[in-house]
Amino acid sequence: MRSQPKKLLRRWSVLSSELMWPLAKPAIGVSGKTGTWRLQRPVFDSSKCIKCRLCWLYCPDSTIDINEEGANFITINYDYCKGCGICSNVCPAKAITMYPEE
Amino acid sequence: MPINIKDLPKEKFVLPGDAACPGCPENMGLRFVGMALGDKAILVIPAGCTSIIQGLAPGSGLKFPILNVPFASSDSVAAGLSSAKKILGEDAVVVVWAGDGGTADIGFATLSGAAERNDDIIHICVDNEAYMNTGIQRSSQTPLGAWTTTTWSGKKERKKDLPLIMLMHRVPYVATASVAYPIDFIEKLRKASTMKGFKYIHLHAPCPVGWRFDPSLTVFMARLAVETGMWILFEAEGGRVNISPPSKPYADKNRRKPIREYLAMQGRFRDITEDIIKELEKQVEDNWSLLLRLTT
Amino acid sequence: MVLKTLTGNYAVATAVKLARVKVVSAYPITPQTTIVEKLSEMIESGELEADMIRVESEHSALAAVYGAASGGVRVFTATSSHGLLYMHEMLWWVAGSRIPVVMAVVTRTIGPPWNIWTDHSDIMDQRDTGWLIAFAENNQEALDETIKLFRITEDERVFLPGMVTLDAFILSHTTEPVNVPDQNIVDAFLPPRKQPYVFRAGEPIVMGNIPKDLKWNMMMREDIHRAMERAKKVVEEADYLWEKLVGRRYGGLTECYRCEDAKHFMVGVGAWVGDMREAVDRLRERFGLKVGLVKIRYFRPFPREDMIKWLNNAMSVVVFDRSVSPSIGGPLYLEVLASMTSAGVRAPVKNVIAGLAGVDVTYEDLTNVMLASVSEVEELGTFKQSTLWFYGGE
Repeated sequence: MRSQPKKLLRRWSVLSSELMWPLAKPAIGVSGKTGTWRLQRPVFDSSKCIKCRLCWLYCPDSTIDINEEGANFITINYDYCKGCGICSNVCPAKAITMYPEE
Repeated sequence: MPINIKDLPKEKFVLPGDAACPGCPENMGLRFVGMALGDKAILVIPAGCTSIIQGLAPGSGLKFPILNVPFASSDSVAAGLSSAKKILGEDAVVVVWAGDGGTADIGFATLSGAAERNDDIIHICVDNEAYMNTGIQRSSQTPLGAWTTTTWSGKKERKKDLPLIMLMHRVPYVATASVAYPIDFIEKLRKASTMKGFKYIHLHAPCPVGWRFDPSLTVFMARLAVETGMWILFEAEGGRVNISPPSKPYADKNRRKPIREYLAMQGRFRDITEDIIKELEKQVEDNWSLLLRLTT
Repeated sequence: MVLKTLTGNYAVATAVKLARVKVVSAYPITPQTTIVEKLSEMIESGELEADMIRVESEHSALAAVYGAASGGVRVFTATSSHGLLYMHEMLWWVAGSRIPVVMAVVTRTIGPPWNIWTDHSDIMDQRDTGWLIAFAENNQEALDETIKLFRITEDERVFLPGMVTLDAFILSHTTEPVNVPDQNIVDAFLPPRKQPYVFRAGEPIVMGNIPKDLKWNMMMREDIHRAMERAKKVVEEADYLWEKLVGRRYGGLTECYRCEDAKHFMVGVGAWVGDMREAVDRLRERFGLKVGLVKIRYFRPFPREDMIKWLNNAMSVVVFDRSVSPSIGGPLYLEVLASMTSAGVRAPVKNVIAGLAGVDVTYEDLTNVMLASVSEVEELGTFKQSTLWFYGGE
């Protein structure tokens, strides 16, 4: 009768008493790979980028990262980018273009 | 001295892959809270979109310490928590992150009580102008004429002026902000966090799903709200009202963009009439002139 | 130890002070008001080092102490009747969060019509919330049990909130002699506060977001149930330790008065248990009837095992309820009956519903009810009617 709860306990390998509090800890991808939600994807053209950082600032999902050094000033985390298009909309240099996701 | 975008912390408090809709202004706002307050913040969150955005336990898509609480309780819980931290000599900035429902409607009593007592907390109202989490029902913050699932022919009442109500509570700090102006919001939040007593920040948060516009336009819409004068950025320290720089140009009504532009871009105003547009224009003018009279 | 004449409310306030509570928040409602006023006075004079949050409603009162408790400090609130109902949502939230909080409830009936007098409707309405519920019979017990609840709720085998109740006006506003324990006794009895987790800046834990696995949620509910069962032992231990420190013994979850050779039993909770004692003495001395009294001290956790123990060989049981669940009967009756039936203990059980809306019930009333019950059951071997609505004073 308690077999299912025991399975859950083993799966999370936590002390059973800790398990009984309604607590959670920060985790990336709590909703899974939200990149699969995309209908369109942002594509970055590094040659146009003026390093204003507005895309990073406004991205609602923290999926744009800034690389202070290196060829590409930003990288987009496509595992989690939801394809909202805000980065493309705010970019003053038109360095990000939205393309339909396959 | 305005904060330089380069100096904003990069630590992620909104983690990739949370449950927010694409283009969500609450997700955006929470990132700004993380940039403003970082590790110092403890959030108290009543029922609303952000309750869901956190995602499913035992995981959380947000990296703040968060106490989720019943709808009508947030400011009281925060007041208690703030008191406990003081008693224990532990530094913390206790922030209520509540939607317009949890602030202006079901949460109104707890908000007003905490403000009147000058409890040492920050209350951020993240205002998407309807009960979005339950599926776009009208709130007191829904503007006149807007469609919602409980106002199919448009809301008949005007938006309840919460910032002015909070001003009349005579609390140390009242401000409005917008997701389109993150530096302004972050500065206001940091300033509030250095003050004692009750601080109120009303964050305008256009919702693509509820207002019916493309998710890429969230920032654009928030900016247009300011540019048409429909949303006014100001702050009041100790009751002294000052219009914030992004809104200053629009004190002059000739510089405001026509509100028709704003209304035309949102599906929730699709069936709006001329009369209502005229009424909204009048409200914008009245709001501005009242606020300007309150400035020093 | 000092002997003082205190009302029930002041006894509770004194207990809160001795427990070194750090945050108090309450909204006034007759007849709880004087608890809050006394605590306010104590805080402002410095007699109690605590913060008082003068909230605008009961819902906010429990919310405020819950917030403070989640932040790691000992807290207290008090309410009655409509106030208790108003904070009902928060009661569930606090228990589900597993944050120890202690509250005093001055039991008062529920309107309409408006009525400030006692019955147990308000408290019985909270029985599923996950809070421990202890009933005080007199002001001494109100003081003692308030202190004990801090220890019991903060025990890691429990980690649930708890309420101590006292009847409106009968206890809350009536002065009785009360032994006030010394501060150092209470300090020895109450260890530093423990709780399952504390909210701190820089420690990102999230409480209460939607669970992915619903069975996990159900397990949490089961754990509350188990913790409540574990609390039985913790209550008994606390009682035993308290007796060693102050010399007052209460018997744990229940007390059985003159039960050794009893054939007919009275069962009840709250202030009128004192009147039931008088009735038992009368029935024995004047009428030669072998009657005993089971005083239920803790309604949650429900002392099922004690019921079976005390009533195992009963010839009849009369359960007195000061509240009712319409169409089925008083909650005490239902739970006593369920406890007996679950262990195959057979005896006729009668439910007497009395004293609702503050109707006064004297020890003479109780004696008369028992006289009639005992003669009925000795003649018929059963109760013709299992429920009696008793108005008294006939």
